[in-house]
Amino acid sequence: MTAGTGGIDFARQLARQPLAVWLLALTAAVLFSATTEDLLPWAHKYPRDWVLPIRFAITDFMKWLINDATFGLFTFKEMTRSVSWLLDWPLTAATSLLSTGLMRGQGSDAVQLTPPLAWLAVLGVLAAMGHYARDWKLAALVGGCFLYLAMFGQWDSAMITLSSIVVAVPIGIVLGLLLGVLAYRSRWFGLAIRPVLDLMQTVPIFAYLVPILFLFGFGPVAAMTATIIYAMPPMVRVTMLALRQVADEIVDFGRMVGCTRRQMTWKVLVPSAMPSLMVGVNQVIMLSLNMVIIASMIGAGGLGFDVLSSLRRLQIGAGLEAGIAIVVLAIALDRLSQAFATRSQQMHHERPGNWVLRHPWLSFALAWTAVTGLVGLFLAPVQTYPEALQITTGSFWAELVKYINVNFFDVLEGIKNFFLLNLMIPFKRFLLDIPWVMVVGLVTLAGWRLGGRTLALLTFTLSMFIAVTGQWEKAMVTIYLCGTSVLIASLIGIPIGIAAAQNRRVGRVVQVVIDTLQTLPSFVYLMPVVMLFRVGDFAAMIAVVAYALAPAIRYTAHGVRQIDPNLVEAGVAAGCTRRQVLWKIKLPLALPEIMLGINQTIMLALSMLVITALVGTRDLGQEVYIALTKADTGRGIVAGLSVAFIAIVADRLIAAGSGRMRSRLGLGQEAGAR
Amino acid sequence: MKGSSVKLSCRGVWKLFGPDPEVFLARHGHEPDNESIAEAGLIGAVCAANIEVREGEIFVIMGLSGSGKSTLVRCLSRLVDPTAGEVIFDGQDLLRASEAEMIEIRRHKMGMVFQHFALLPHLTVLGNVAFPLEVQGIARAAREARALEVIDLVGLKGRESYYPRELSGGQQQRVGIARSLAVEPQIWFLDEPFSALDPLIRREMQDEFMRLQNMLHKTIVFITHDFDEAIRLADRIAIMKDGWIIQIGTPENLVTAPATGYVAEFTKDVPRAKVLSAASVMEPAGGDYAGEVATGDKVADIAARVEAADRPYAVVDDSGEVVGRITRQAVIDVLVGRDSGNGVKP
Ligand SMILES: Nc1ncnc2c1ncn2[C@@H]1O[C@H](COP(=O)(O)OP(=O)(O)OP(=O)(O)O)[C@@H](O)[C@H]1O
Ligand SMILES: [Mg+2]
Repeated sequence: MTAGTGGIDFARQLARQPLAVWLLALTAAVLFSATTEDLLPWAHKYPRDWVLPIRFAITDFMKWLINDATFGLFTFKEMTRSVSWLLDWPLTAATSLLSTGLMRGQGSDAVQLTPPLAWLAVLGVLAAMGHYARDWKLAALVGGCFLYLAMFGQWDSAMITLSSIVVAVPIGIVLGLLLGVLAYRSRWFGLAIRPVLDLMQTVPIFAYLVPILFLFGFGPVAAMTATIIYAMPPMVRVTMLALRQVADEIVDFGRMVGCTRRQMTWKVLVPSAMPSLMVGVNQVIMLSLNMVIIASMIGAGGLGFDVLSSLRRLQIGAGLEAGIAIVVLAIALDRLSQAFATRSQQMHHERPGNWVLRHPWLSFALAWTAVTGLVGLFLAPVQTYPEALQITTGSFWAELVKYINVNFFDVLEGIKNFFLLNLMIPFKRFLLDIPWVMVVGLVTLAGWRLGGRTLALLTFTLSMFIAVTGQWEKAMVTIYLCGTSVLIASLIGIPIGIAAAQNRRVGRVVQVVIDTLQTLPSFVYLMPVVMLFRVGDFAAMIAVVAYALAPAIRYTAHGVRQIDPNLVEAGVAAGCTRRQVLWKIKLPLALPEIMLGINQTIMLALSMLVITALVGTRDLGQEVYIALTKADTGRGIVAGLSVAFIAIVADRLIAAGSGRMRSRLGLGQEAGAR
Repeated sequence: MKGSSVKLSCRGVWKLFGPDPEVFLARHGHEPDNESIAEAGLIGAVCAANIEVREGEIFVIMGLSGSGKSTLVRCLSRLVDPTAGEVIFDGQDLLRASEAEMIEIRRHKMGMVFQHFALLPHLTVLGNVAFPLEVQGIARAAREARALEVIDLVGLKGRESYYPRELSGGQQQRVGIARSLAVEPQIWFLDEPFSALDPLIRREMQDEFMRLQNMLHKTIVFITHDFDEAIRLADRIAIMKDGWIIQIGTPENLVTAPATGYVAEFTKDVPRAKVLSAASVMEPAGGDYAGEVATGDKVADIAARVEAADRPYAVVDDSGEVVGRITRQAVIDVLVGRDSGNGVKP
């Protein structure tokens, strides 16, 4: 036997021994890093001279766009200007109505011509919408939420936030709908937009704040543009899906009565798909609210600004109050939009002749607004909630923080140090010490083993991008933070998920808790964490764990629940103990689903990590954040893309792994716990 | 009444699903058989279909699930483009019609009723029925007036402001029928309109349908997988199997002369007395008669008379000439389903 065939045989044997491949690769990696530190320094630390100036190229490109680019008829700058102008006037109108009143003049010498809507008017109209959409209970909930905002002194900020929401949401919905319709009607456009949507949902939000800031300047319009861009993708997806799900018969019917393409879209498809489209509407609302705080970094006022500035000054009380106000607003709008979504199940009603009777709710809203407006002119408490009746909890929270710090400082510090010293710091060191060449090699190998040549090429290219743009170390810090968070989230989430699947009562409680957690804007998670642990990697990790926990629980529960009961029965019949049933039957079968849950957890963790830059991490998120404060487009985009690429690599590897596992277990290909 | 002019016909219509069906058809000289279709990985939904639908008749397409009925009717209305063949409607080849011409034809000359009703959920009964007119751009008042007329016609008066989900299945299909009639179509396609209804309602809707047709005299292509329904309604029936039309004929034809065992199997349990006419059970004329029946009279309708008489009945044709006689024995044979040696085999 020659050496050559021996080698081939060996390789074949290896291919049949997946574990052996990994052991071999790891051993090689360790040997490599131990022996070559001095020989091949470039393989350990990516040399500074090799960094490609991509970020400067991007910055230059953006400068060129702003200064010189032209589309023939108009310049790029004129385009952004007109977009700003277009967005500005509805925003001004909404702000006048809800917050400032109609103003004449600019800045400090502006004169108020009319007051904004009275607080009682806003509260009444929204509560009436609640009743119109569902029932008294919803009216009470919505009314209660807005009363809360008034009582806790958050009204003014809340109205600024609300006015940007009422403008951003309809625009996001309409644009999303139009793009979705286009993607449905044109195959070509549908294929083109999918990867763009994928990327938009994995690039951290901060990263596209930077170019927006650069293009639109600092201010409410820029903030709203960012909000729209962030909140729109799900609407596009939902629209594409909803239109495709319209029954074939309905489509045939539309064609049989001779609809033109336009009639088909707007008179048949879109109205028939309305219940599903409303899901998208709800998502746009929730994402817009999620964006409130982040948008305040580029000039949105209101609650987001309050949270951000208190967070920066570490005024936990004030920040928490504003944060809770956002949650309250989110709950009210979420429930309201969901009620409207299900209300499309309306019943017939006889139509009485008179306009007022035919539109009782609209009439009520108009009358109520007029009455409160008029009365408000003479009776101040109707116009604005009296300050004397406001409650503030700021001092309570401040006291609480003080109390915790005085009494539990040692405990908390002990926990923090324990984790830092035993888990986080060693892991970070390890990641920073392995040569980058090895990491790229291992990632590529993983791609090849799990998904063949294409995946290997993808993982190789994306990880090389991070290296050649000179962000290796920051990326490793990101991975370390993300990795520890995901590990801990899984250790907590998977057992909870199993418990939820095994026990119906636990399951119901868990469901309510994670549903609530998921309506909270990500920033809100930072508050209590900062209260307890102040700033730093540990605080960031806790916030990320809290934010990213839900999918680990959800998918595990779903994975365990969907196991074929016959298999479990077979196990029991074979004399397995409960523990054996769990470990030998349920968990292995649920593993692919659990992996998808972990995948989602990683995605959420990465998106949250960028936000935790505010509490002082040193990773790619921080890089994006710095770029934002310096309006350095290239830096922001390159770092943002790197985060997205980490997400994509993790996603594709895990999806491929999970797919292989499914087919090995003989499960169907369909996946997803929804 | 039943004009013999052809309203809608198709010739050599093929619809194959799968990769490159045109190439495949051309390669097989437009006459592939089932094996080569399957070998090529194609699905032959409609194979070499030739039919002629005459003015004012109810033409039923009948076959089991997956036999290609819906696909054929969608080829006739060009909701799907056939792979090959031609579809002639009022002398015009629909497959050559432009998009705009097709829209015009569908708007004014075609109506369709769907198995699952296909009502628009966001519109009331009135809105649904007026919808085809709305699409044509007819003003609200005019289209609602017309819609109210047809709503009345199908017996839904008083429900105009209901939403589809507030109606029972039968009522929903009445809306579907009213809607398809709102434009006064010249040809009326019904794709299993009553299959989603339970048997009692189905029966009632069939009667309702016949009542309407007796008033309106539309040219109808009616699809069903229920042979009883086909017999009740059809002037002529086309039987489909795996994409092929295996026989076209009147219900009586199918019963008396099934082309294949497959057709015979279908017709086995049919109440023959309701299908067979005097002409198909008569024997040569002769002797004297207790009375006269027409050639077209169904056995079930004349059975009581013939049985009660002690002599045969004369069978006379349209011109009043005696063409044969019908005996008591022949009627009883039909009623009990016995082979009478007249070619009427089960
Ligand atoms: N768009 C399509 N793509 C591929 N195959 C199709 C398509 N539409 C129909 N077929 C196939 O063509 C065949 C005929 O389908 P068709 O819907 O015409 O049957 P049918 O007789 O109407 O049945 P049913 O009584 O269930 O409505 C079936 O085998 C079906 O699977
Ligand atoms: Mg069908």
